Amino acid sequence: MNNSTSLASSALANTALRHSPKGHDRWLFLLVRLCALLAAALLLLIVAFVATESGQAIQALGARLFTDSGWFPGADASGQFNLTPMIVGSLLVALLAMAISLPIAVASVLFVHSCSQPWLVIAYRRAIELLAGIPSVVFGLWGLVVIVPLLGQLQAPGTSILAGALVLALMILPTIALLADSALRAVPNELRLGGLALGLSPWRVVLRIQLLQARSGVIAGAILGLGRALGETMVVLMVCGNVVQLPTSIMQPIRTLTANIALEMAYAGGLQRSALFVSGLLLIALVVALIWSAHRMGRGYA
Amino acid sequence: MPDFSTGFTGNAAARARPYGQWLAAATLVLLAALFGWLLIDVIIRGFGSLSWEFISSAPTDAGRSGGIWPVIVASLATLAVCMAAVLPIGLGSAALLSGVFGAPRSSLGQRAVNGCRQSLDILAGVPSIVFGLFGNAFFCLYLGMGFSILAGGLTLACMVLPYFIRTAEHALRSAATTHLAGSLALGLRHSTMLRRILLPAALPGLFAGFVLALTRALAETAALLFTSGYVSRMPESLLDSGRVLSVHVYDLAMNVTGGEAQAYSTALVLIITLAVINVLVALLGHYWQQKLNGAPQ
Repeated sequence: MNNSTSLASSALANTALRHSPKGHDRWLFLLVRLCALLAAALLLLIVAFVATESGQAIQALGARLFTDSGWFPGADASGQFNLTPMIVGSLLVALLAMAISLPIAVASVLFVHSCSQPWLVIAYRRAIELLAGIPSVVFGLWGLVVIVPLLGQLQAPGTSILAGALVLALMILPTIALLADSALRAVPNELRLGGLALGLSPWRVVLRIQLLQARSGVIAGAILGLGRALGETMVVLMVCGNVVQLPTSIMQPIRTLTANIALEMAYAGGLQRSALFVSGLLLIALVVALIWSAHRMGRGYA
Repeated sequence: MPDFSTGFTGNAAARARPYGQWLAAATLVLLAALFGWLLIDVIIRGFGSLSWEFISSAPTDAGRSGGIWPVIVASLATLAVCMAAVLPIGLGSAALLSGVFGAPRSSLGQRAVNGCRQSLDILAGVPSIVFGLFGNAFFCLYLGMGFSILAGGLTLACMVLPYFIRTAEHALRSAATTHLAGSLALGLRHSTMLRRILLPAALPGLFAGFVLALTRALAETAALLFTSGYVSRMPESLLDSGRVLSVHVYDLAMNVTGGEAQAYSTALVLIITLAVINVLVALLGHYWQQKLNGAPQ
């Protein structure tokens, strides 16, 4: 929440404070409060249901979810239920995607801002907004048909951590760029003009003044991009190969937490189904931690 | 704030561009090239089997031939269910959060509003596959809807609700900042004020939120895999399983050998639909802007 909205809302609050709803408006007010309650309760409902469904596996297996000899699940406890390879896979793909995406996103935003052509900034923003709306399954399809065979020529089979990271990097690029762009925009224009008046080149001004001021917003954008990469299902499902293993190189196929859910949910029952809900719970925990740290980093931008 | 930018940079930029700036320019070109590659690939490969026949007929041979008409119908039905759930709940929540009904009168109320905002922020970041898990456990099994368009649409509604509320709250708040005091001074009821003044004034913003939620829902795959299901015949009711466009793309690409061409065509239909929606919205926004800034009548 940035300053201008909180100012506006406090002015708004002063106006409305002395005029509480009366008569049949009370019913409307009640209805509106019910709607908000429902919306707020949704998160609790989701966490409650996912937690309840995962209870069975947590009770029956406990630490076995991380120490078993592999992932050969069944409906009862005789199977093997180690989620560690999937957790490692998810983290590796997402971090690599972020490492590829962040420099490209930030550098392109910096360049656009350093040109100081209003039309270029607006065109860039519009384009990025449009690209952010491309369905993930389209990225997955393109990755499967174009990127995987290309990497396969380097080293078979092509479906690999690297393939997933490359396609994911492209997918989260608009998200990171959009947030970096709004962080740069939030830098007061006086600072920019001051830098230019001191004779700095526009590039220096963008790099040393605007980026420095906006750094927490840029980092918050990167963290949210990482969250998107971690939670993405379709791309990793289609291009990562879905082999459950602890990889030794980035050219090896892996399976992520999300892909595991998508692959096995259709037929899973008993403990296996419950273990899939445990991975859902892990994903929620990871994403909440990321969002929380992004909020702490980027107060005022996110 | 006057814009000095062009006047200042013309000379400075002409003197010398530092290496860093060239490098940054190269990343912009790289970015454009990569997305161009993706889009051109989809257009070229998808255009081949795209025809009126493809749009209007049913898939045959597991989707290798035939068209996507039942898939389009199922997509529209899912979106209709989703938006029918999102609109009332979202509008209500946005009205409360935007402060149209006054600020909370107790610290408990304030805490409830803050909690609601935070909960929606987190909800916006929850991975879509988790919504799928939840939808499967809650809508399909607990509420007994089974694999159905209804369950899929409601799952999508949970997913896009935070996007709609955030945009709608912003729109209502800015409408309220300019109109609330005046309409309260005239002694209007809150219901009249909302219906006659705030909702019309906030309409462009509300519409933008609606479209954002709609396009997010249209693009989603993972949340629908095990809530609305895979069945690709024509759905007969909302309780029938139905396969949406993005699930069709996934299924053809991954589970049907030789389904790639049709997968690309379906992906192209999906992208064209999204592009058309966005262009229409931009045009409509332009029209609204002109109407708002237009000459006095």
